[in-house]
Amino acid sequence: MKVDLTVNGSAMSADVEPRTLLVHLIRDDLDLTGTNVGCDTSSCGACTVHVNGESVKSCTMFAVQAQGLEITTIEGMAADDGTLHPMQEAFRQCHGLQCGYCTPGMVMAATSLLKQNPSPSEAEVREGLEGNLCRCTGYHNIVKSVMSAAGGA
Amino acid sequence: MIPAAFDYVTADSADAAIAALTEHGDEAKLLAGGHSLIPLMKFRLATPSVLIDIGRLSDLSYIKEDGDQVAVGAMTTHRAIENSDVLKAQLPMLAHVAGQVGDPSVRHRGTLGGSIAHGDPASDLPAALLALGGSVVVKGPNGERTIAADDFFTGFLETALAPDELMTELRFPKMPDAKWSYQKFNRRAQDWAIVGVAAVTNPMNTSVALVNMGAMPLRAEAVEAALQGGASAADAAAKAGDGMSPPTDLNADANYRNALAQTLVARALAETGA
Amino acid sequence: MTIGTPMLRKEDPKLLTGEGKFVDDIHVSGELWMGMVRSPMAHAKILSVDVSEALKMPGVHSAYSGADLNGMGLWAAPLPCAWPVTEDMVNPPHFPVAAEYARHVGEIVAVVLADSRYGAADAAEAVIVDFEQLPAVASLDEAVADSKMAHSDLSTNKAYHWALEPDNAAVEAAFANAAHTVTGNFVQQRMIPAAMEPRGVLAVPSPHGGELTLYSASQVPHLLKVLIAATTGLPENKLRVIAPAVGGGFGAKLNVNPDELLAATLSNKLAKPVRWTETRSEAAFSTHQGRGQNQRIELAADADGKVTGCRVHLDADMGAYMMLITPGVPLLGSFLYTGVYDIPAFGFTCDGHFTNLTPTDAYRGAGRPEASYAIERAMDMLAAEMGMDPAELRRRNYIAGGDHFENFTVSSTLAFDSGHYGPNLDKALEMADYDGLRAEQKKRRDAGDAKQLGIGMVTYVEICGLAPSRALGGLNFNSGGWEHATVRMLPTGKVEVVSGSTPHGQGHETSWSQIIATKFGMDPNDVEVLHSDTALSPLGLDTYGSRSLSVGGVAIAMAADKVIEKARLMAAHMFEAAPGDVEYENGSFSVKGTPAKSVHIAELGFGAFLAHDLPDGMEPNLQEQVSFDPPNFAFPFGTHVAVVEIDEGTGNVELLDYIAVDDCGNQVNPLIVEGQVHGGIVQGVGQALFEAAAYDEDGNCQNPSFLDYLVPSPMEMPNIKTDYTYTPSTSNILGVKGVGEAGTIGSAAAVMNAVVDGLSPHGVKDMKMPATPQRVWNAIQGVTV
Repeated sequence: MKVDLTVNGSAMSADVEPRTLLVHLIRDDLDLTGTNVGCDTSSCGACTVHVNGESVKSCTMFAVQAQGLEITTIEGMAADDGTLHPMQEAFRQCHGLQCGYCTPGMVMAATSLLKQNPSPSEAEVREGLEGNLCRCTGYHNIVKSVMSAAGGA
Repeated sequence: MIPAAFDYVTADSADAAIAALTEHGDEAKLLAGGHSLIPLMKFRLATPSVLIDIGRLSDLSYIKEDGDQVAVGAMTTHRAIENSDVLKAQLPMLAHVAGQVGDPSVRHRGTLGGSIAHGDPASDLPAALLALGGSVVVKGPNGERTIAADDFFTGFLETALAPDELMTELRFPKMPDAKWSYQKFNRRAQDWAIVGVAAVTNPMNTSVALVNMGAMPLRAEAVEAALQGGASAADAAAKAGDGMSPPTDLNADANYRNALAQTLVARALAETGA
Repeated sequence: MTIGTPMLRKEDPKLLTGEGKFVDDIHVSGELWMGMVRSPMAHAKILSVDVSEALKMPGVHSAYSGADLNGMGLWAAPLPCAWPVTEDMVNPPHFPVAAEYARHVGEIVAVVLADSRYGAADAAEAVIVDFEQLPAVASLDEAVADSKMAHSDLSTNKAYHWALEPDNAAVEAAFANAAHTVTGNFVQQRMIPAAMEPRGVLAVPSPHGGELTLYSASQVPHLLKVLIAATTGLPENKLRVIAPAVGGGFGAKLNVNPDELLAATLSNKLAKPVRWTETRSEAAFSTHQGRGQNQRIELAADADGKVTGCRVHLDADMGAYMMLITPGVPLLGSFLYTGVYDIPAFGFTCDGHFTNLTPTDAYRGAGRPEASYAIERAMDMLAAEMGMDPAELRRRNYIAGGDHFENFTVSSTLAFDSGHYGPNLDKALEMADYDGLRAEQKKRRDAGDAKQLGIGMVTYVEICGLAPSRALGGLNFNSGGWEHATVRMLPTGKVEVVSGSTPHGQGHETSWSQIIATKFGMDPNDVEVLHSDTALSPLGLDTYGSRSLSVGGVAIAMAADKVIEKARLMAAHMFEAAPGDVEYENGSFSVKGTPAKSVHIAELGFGAFLAHDLPDGMEPNLQEQVSFDPPNFAFPFGTHVAVVEIDEGTGNVELLDYIAVDDCGNQVNPLIVEGQVHGGIVQGVGQALFEAAAYDEDGNCQNPSFLDYLVPSPMEMPNIKTDYTYTPSTSNILGVKGVGEAGTIGSAAAVMNAVVDGLSPHGVKDMKMPATPQRVWNAIQGVTV
């Protein structure tokens, strides 16, 4: 089936089987490999992207469901000149990543969180990221990153 | 984990969805937010040969006051319910419980109708529906009917929804002044409840529903009856496990679930002042 | 940004923008996807494998049973075990695809190749295998009981008996004369390592034949290259192994796995790229697990609480087969059971046993968290037995009385490089407000609050810097422990560092750049680090055992020093001075007494490239290499304090506060050190409260996915309060010790000590990990489970 959608501001289309998961459309067909797959049960959030501006786990959506929708992936976050998005910059400043595998999903979930709640408490940041797992950082510096991004916003 | 192949049909109206269900019969499944169905399909525990996508039925996504009731469209996302000013004013527990489902990204896609239709005993929202005395509006080839929450859940992942029916709306009596409590106990925040309790106290009565205490979402009838009969909250809570056949899994055996239910019902009743 | 400064990581911009390339991100045209057909039974005879239906499916290229592959002559040897811990260790042959018997759920019994990810999954489902189910050894306890055999052709499940018994008479005497003894029986449950990036592999044959490039999500590309050659007969000099961006390892990516061998051999055979990516739920079977030990530790103490003897026996679960270092993991811990304490008499024995479960192997800390757990829980048991504060008991037993020491030989025979335990404990207790916590605990107990406090501490030591090669030889470990580095001053003044260490999240590029920046007085951004590719970095022994900095980083520092010495000779030649009169500071050489006339090392690099005017006999180019074999291990230590709140109505344990004061010697990048401490702590907390691979009586893993295997989320963790003491190592010129595993080594015991402390009014003396709400609730009711 043909799917037409907007990805990181550009119109794109792909011919996929109906069962193709959105994350595989993004990774395998559109070659935007920043969005990762970390589990198979909608648990880890490594595949988090924005669908029409809200964080969604792209492993739990069929590509055909994204017909006509606007998708933003980690590749669409930095400015055209390469300047990091404030959330990306906050993760860098606060050492909010180690291996970097959960990081794109964390950044996408965190930006969605701040859009809905621009000044979260530390507890609200933790709650906002409850669907994103990290095995390296112990979350301390991730929470610090998001708090820092919120403060600077 | 890759789902098995299927044919994909989009429905652009409720009637089109019902027609498609009628045409494809048992082979077909409705796809709303997909957050109950897609995980099962990835493990090939569900292998429908046709998926009817009702995700585009935006006319089934609404929250509106209707006399002494609030009507919520079946395709309304958890996120919309969590944030609804109408619900925060009229049915604050429903808004709260929607905010307890999964995690924020899940709540952006998952829908109230999907969660209720799946009928998972471990889900949060069916218990809220029961405790709030809501009802389910469904539409099929022979028209529309309304099913009381108490009659809706019929067994493990089984409901009164017929294979050719589409859930269109959930209705809840307004109760802005009710005291309520939702106690969700789990080990990790994003997970299903090991045991959960939804309690609503109105001047005349208290209703209590339990999560994950049996094959389906359940009312704590023994607790409610004890309260009705004038028992203290503590004595009533001690009956939380009566008549229940809670499951045993990695997190909890039946005995511990019974104990949890008693503790959580006691805490819920303390909050509602029952 | 020199050594000791919190430089922001050079790795981050790529990873933050999605440009980091993990194995599954790399594609080549014509690639075939492997789909694995896995045994649904823990122990079964394979009666038949029918791939005919799979072969008919669209996009399917080929399909093979284990017998098919054996017939193709792909294997020169079984999967390797590098650590035959005893002469008579039993090591049943283990091939990538089982042909006759499946010995654990998820063992590969057939492989299909298809032209897409989805097609391979479909084809694997279509393979029909007939099994005859055999009795399964579904737990370590069943293995020890030895009434069923995990390998039907063996007469016992016991694989080996290993002992470290320097002086049994002394141990006997200590226990005979003891005023107090305690015995702890602890279970180190099986852990699923769960690096966020699932493992994956891509093998690409050269279009002209003969050469093969293997991309793998591996911690050990160098070891992999050697061992693929040894296992498959592919010529080592035609193999190139690349570990691209690797999404965490924690020990789980330091093996030689069936999928890697299949990709290498099938791509070579078929002359097509072959790939595979693990799914999360598959990882419970396709990647080794950690821990899996039953421990018995006994302590003898005199009337003052001075511990006089320590005796330990382990039963260790090998799983179904010996993987790369499976049998050696308990040995890595064996030397640490006396902890930071001066315990004069010590004895240790270990039996390894086969089960019909996923093989075990290294997991963050590998043997040492287990050891630390045992001694630190036992110290708390002794303190409780004696009615003594656990901090006081620890103080009384510290090596050197808690004062600074160097090169102290403990009764387990190792010489600790340096330590200074007293001030480290003081700092942690002060940060935690230990006295205030005890007061709050008493208040809640007196009031009968529904939520009670538990306070736990550990004072751990660990062994880092694996390893002096000679020590490994003494333990029969078939590898060296050195690390290799090359430092190359390029003609334009930039520096290339080639390192044999292989990062997967540790920030090596940053730390190595800081070492060079310090040595050469230059901007760390002018340093490029080449690693993780055997063509760029041909020599190396990779990353595990907290060895990267204290072996690999030290090798880099030493190579830089050699570069400086060569450059000094050039500078002397240029200044027409004696080399001894040439001073070096911050990148510049000058002659003693005439500092105005100087030359920068980068200029000398250009000069060495031109080679127009080198001293007689000097080779062109300014580059030096070092293979550093450490003379000793390094022994970091620290004090952790955990504060838990126990909900007595539900049994829930909430980690309220965590204080860590670690001492890893000198620090190169404090930011990175801090991150390692945080992450390590949470993995230990995971073991204490959340995680356990659960098996049913038939040997099925009941929680292979992240739905049921509870990797903690941000909601379960508090912020972590950290500080440090600094006791330089005497084992290397940087005075560094290692910190990758330290957090994990301290935290499980700290949390469990807190849980048991919190439950002590109920008469609870011990609790199994993980301390689930159900277990805790049962303990409060007086039910032992």
